[in-house]
Amino acid sequence: MTGSVLASIFIAILLVVGAIFTLVAGIGLLKLADPMSRLHAPTKAGTLGIGAFLLASMVHSFAFSDGSFHELLIMAFLFVTAPVSANFIAKVHIHTRASATPPPPLVDDTWSTLEVPPEDQDIDVTQS
Amino acid sequence: MGKVLNWLLPHPFLTALLTIVWTLLQNDLSWGMFVFGLVLGIIIPIGTARWWPDRPHRLAGGRMIVYCIIVIWDIIVANVQVAWIVLTKPNNKMSPAWVVIPLDIRTPEAITILAGTITLTPGTVSADLSDEGHSLLVHALDAPDVDAVRDDIKNRYESRLLEIFK
Repeated sequence: MTGSVLASIFIAILLVVGAIFTLVAGIGLLKLADPMSRLHAPTKAGTLGIGAFLLASMVHSFAFSDGSFHELLIMAFLFVTAPVSANFIAKVHIHTRASATPPPPLVDDTWSTLEVPPEDQDIDVTQS
Repeated sequence: MGKVLNWLLPHPFLTALLTIVWTLLQNDLSWGMFVFGLVLGIIIPIGTARWWPDRPHRLAGGRMIVYCIIVIWDIIVANVQVAWIVLTKPNNKMSPAWVVIPLDIRTPEAITILAGTITLTPGTVSADLSDEGHSLLVHALDAPDVDAVRDDIKNRYESRLLEIFK
């Protein structure tokens, strides 16, 4: 009896924590000033928020039924794919000049997103 | 013996990973499913090994686990910090900045893990790689001191990855 009560309390805490972090992610998306800063809110607070939700789901499955490991996989795939989408959004921001132009790299010539292939270098961008 | 083992397990870590993922997907622990996962974990690396010629061969497993624990801890701590910044700091007092990190690691796998780690730890997003792959462009949400962010990433994550992917 007390075990299931403890589990319920633990699940409730995890759900509240997850909800708070997801809410902060949403607030950040609305509040922050420029596109690159806005990218920070959902990619970050989102991971911990969803992580807390999935942990709650796992605790629930172990406390009240057979137990489930699927959540571990969801977490793993989420942690692997979230940086990739964030990276692509950042590249689009750089490419469309939606953010401040980044400083040149210390070692090489330019950033790969800003690199223009030799055959395209004489195209006048300002005309189109 | 070593040759046979090398042919059978061209990528031991991938074998272990596939077996674990298969067992987790089944959602019940039974020997039958474990053995089937092991069979898949042996067949798939053999079938795909030729498309991955420069895969890392020696990985320091113990250091990898330490690295994972450090990253998970950093994610939790930094999440709270970023939530605090988002909720309490007014926009005009924030100083978002580009951080350029010269890379010492060269293998694509290590750079991928470093970039992923930077994005997952809140406050920083890895945005781009230089054309030859020797510098990493990172955007920081609130970095009054750009050099501190760069040194932190280099000392905390890159030096450890350098030891894992020797």
